[in-house]
Amino acid sequence: MSVSINYSEVVKEFIIDNFLFGDGAKITNDTPLLEKGIIDSTGVLELVAFIEDNFKVTVTDEELVQENFSSLIAIEKFLQSKNNKTASN
Amino acid sequence: MNFTMDSIYLDAFAETARLAAALKDTVAFKLKKRGAVVGVSGGIDSSIVLALCAKTFGPEKVLAIMMPERDSSPESKELATVLCEKFKVPYILEDITDAVNGFGCYARRDEAVKRVFPEYDPKTYKMKIVLKDDKEAKGKLNLFYLTIIAPDGTVKSQRLPLAEYLQIVAASNFKQRSRTNMLYYHAEAKNYAVIGTGNKNEHEQGFFVKYGDGGADVKPIAHLFKTQVYQLAEFLGVPEDIRKRTPTTDTYSAEQTQEEFFYKMPFEVMDRIWDGWEKGVPSDVIAKVLNIPQAQVEVVINDVRQKIQTTEYLRQEPFSLG
Repeated sequence: MSVSINYSEVVKEFIIDNFLFGDGAKITNDTPLLEKGIIDSTGVLELVAFIEDNFKVTVTDEELVQENFSSLIAIEKFLQSKNNKTASN
Repeated sequence: MNFTMDSIYLDAFAETARLAAALKDTVAFKLKKRGAVVGVSGGIDSSIVLALCAKTFGPEKVLAIMMPERDSSPESKELATVLCEKFKVPYILEDITDAVNGFGCYARRDEAVKRVFPEYDPKTYKMKIVLKDDKEAKGKLNLFYLTIIAPDGTVKSQRLPLAEYLQIVAASNFKQRSRTNMLYYHAEAKNYAVIGTGNKNEHEQGFFVKYGDGGADVKPIAHLFKTQVYQLAEFLGVPEDIRKRTPTTDTYSAEQTQEEFFYKMPFEVMDRIWDGWEKGVPSDVIAKVLNIPQAQVEVVINDVRQKIQTTEYLRQEPFSLG
């Protein structure tokens, strides 16, 4: 039985803690993380490392596109899609 | 506006005259210095700045400093020497290998490289960092890859994990910061100004080290596209060997062009796209003039915009909170 994970909640907590020094008011699920500069190129590396470590997935080179990391909604969609692919394999 | 392949070019005579007047005014009256110190690498940017300074102040009021270290290409020193002799500018050679070694630059960098590739031996292998080239990929994030080259020529490349990326860059930046220290030593010893050599591509996209090569008293070419730098280099008589040389970072032991390290595409294309975008030319018109797909133009604009935005902190002075 697969367990449904709310990825965006976990990632949101990481972003608030790691990038915003606890200031959660700066971010909602649809905040454009890259456009707003909340996550820069180093931030993407940090975020990918966090995702890989915490969710035990590997983010491939092809998946490192803005579409997958543009907001918490996008990250949730991306990780759910990865999870579904893994489950169906 | 009528956007063409030639829109990027300047009136070289007028721009050189304007820059010389502004440089003289800045150094004499704002900085109150008696001459100019320029770090020369044998590259096109430092060459045009040296030529401009020699023209502005007279070669006897300019001091060129060459600062190779053990990973530098021998060609850099040779070309810098040719340049200084051509413009009759006195020069000093300062090998910074011992200085950066004292900071642990090589050891710290190599330690991080070995964590990614345990077989890496700095005595026999070469290494470099590159941005993966993917011109057609819309929205590709800019992430760095580590490449090592074995003694038998075998090449291995891997996306850099966060800690190793940060450590390699931080260690390598000792080189640029040590050079700036050396430039200011000579500038202060002669009461001269340090003249920066960064162009618009470097300055605005953040391709420089804060308080390293980004440190200077005046930056006379920070508004010029690389394409315009080449144009002025020809006008000022910079030797052809320098003008024909592929721009390199000259930072890592393996040969590495600026294109593969950072810009991802030829300057003659990127500069024209960027120039058109700044002038408000629609992307479909830029694409038509350059004869490339509109999607590629948009990828480049997006990449430039992203780099400008994410490197803003590099161009900022320390914040005062008073």
